Amino acid sequence: MTPPVADVGLGQQFLNSFTFMGNNLSHLLHDTLGTLALSGAALGVALAVTLPPAMWLGHLHRGSSLAIRIANLGRSLPELGLIAIFLALLGIGFLNVMVALVIVGIPPILANAFTAIDGVDPDVVDAARGMGMSELEVLLKVEFPLALPLLFAGIRTSALFIIGASPLAAIAGGSGLGEIIVNQASYGFDGVLAASLWVAALAMLVQGLLALLQRAITPTGLKLRPDTRARIDVGVADAERVTGIEVSTV
Amino acid sequence: MGGLVIASGGSGPVIPNFGGGSSNACERNNGLFCWHWFTQHWSSTFSPALVQHIVLVGIAVGIGFLIAFALALLAYRVRWLETPIAGISSLLYTIPSLALFQILVPFTGLTLLTAEIGLVSYTLLLLFRNIVTGLREVPQEVRDAARGMGLTPRQILLRIDLPLAIPAIFAGLRVATVTTISLATVAAIVGVNEGLGVPIFDAIQRVNFKTEFIAAAVLAIALAWVADLLLVVLQRLVAPWASRRRSSLVPRAVVHAIRGRHRPISAVREA
Repeated sequence: MTPPVADVGLGQQFLNSFTFMGNNLSHLLHDTLGTLALSGAALGVALAVTLPPAMWLGHLHRGSSLAIRIANLGRSLPELGLIAIFLALLGIGFLNVMVALVIVGIPPILANAFTAIDGVDPDVVDAARGMGMSELEVLLKVEFPLALPLLFAGIRTSALFIIGASPLAAIAGGSGLGEIIVNQASYGFDGVLAASLWVAALAMLVQGLLALLQRAITPTGLKLRPDTRARIDVGVADAERVTGIEVSTV
Repeated sequence: MGGLVIASGGSGPVIPNFGGGSSNACERNNGLFCWHWFTQHWSSTFSPALVQHIVLVGIAVGIGFLIAFALALLAYRVRWLETPIAGISSLLYTIPSLALFQILVPFTGLTLLTAEIGLVSYTLLLLFRNIVTGLREVPQEVRDAARGMGLTPRQILLRIDLPLAIPAIFAGLRVATVTTISLATVAAIVGVNEGLGVPIFDAIQRVNFKTEFIAAAVLAIALAWVADLLLVVLQRLVAPWASRRRSSLVPRAVVHAIRGRHRPISAVREA
């Protein structure tokens, strides 16, 4: 392993990486789509697996310690370690990468979905029951919309974790920008640096867009009413300490 | 770094070299976990990697905590600084780990420093937010009472605010430590030859030697759990009053304050 720095200056290395970007724009764009598709698919599976049980448990106000324990447990699993274990169990390929990224994405969704539904004002829920709503209707028509901002914050964090781990997936045959980053032999350090800068910018861009989306889906009432705010903030404090990440309510 | 071979499925025959031409059947067939190989390589490979990993994480969390603590005290005093500090640290947190380490390489080379700068920058957001939140959540009434008893601002910080913020601070430390243990494995992929990422990297180059994958990953997971447990024990020693509660996630004083009830002052004096 020879250090890639050696003979060229610091500024020159970054200039070279921008030259690489210019020369390989279509390749980079193609890999960007690959990263986005992989991350999006992993996020989708994580949502499908986690949301229904987490929301139902939150609705029943049961299994709080279970949800928190599973979320904490999941958070302590190293991304690269997961990929390594599944390399041993499942071999190289799409399935391995997918399973690892889904596991990375589950904890924030689980913690936030549970906390959000669990924290909905019980008076509102009682009122909905009094109006003759079934339990499922209460969950979907009353609790879900009220919990949406906090729930979405969890989805955003999950997206952050998945995109953060996605370049590592290249080790196990995953597509996307990571394939360039771990393949200095083919692309040279210019390519590695270019893809690194690119994926960093991509992660920030996605987070920015999700933040805007979160702002858009938060009902004005939730932004204004101080008592709702306070109640959500308690949940946020919990969720933040479980998952340890920024869980903003806008 | 130049030597990293990306193994791609079904690209012609490969000649496996599991365990260096061993006579052991498990190693020859790349069995799921060859206990014999693991014990043979414990002292030469895994034990040093584990120690390096602990040192790597210890330094990162230590330095990260000092920086985050200073920034948190600053943001606690100068309120408007909280938003820019949190913004910059969450921007750093957003960068995928593999990319951040690579971007640092032109600056600091394939050195321990590259790994540490990357790891410290990931701890900042987690620690800063928790320390500031912990300090902010101390009920105003408690502070007023302390002021009424004649405590100076410095005494209020040291005897009231910080002790009451301990559960929040420890919660941050736990998440930061576990996260750093996880991210420290990535440094080896970039080419920094330290920690439990090294055997994982090595296993890839041995055309996916399963035993080495599983051994390194399980050690990293076990390290994360042990470190988390140790921090819980440490918190019980440092702040025994905080663990008597049903949930140690949020200090009861905080819950009461937020719900509009007050914790009896006597309980605080205990603290």
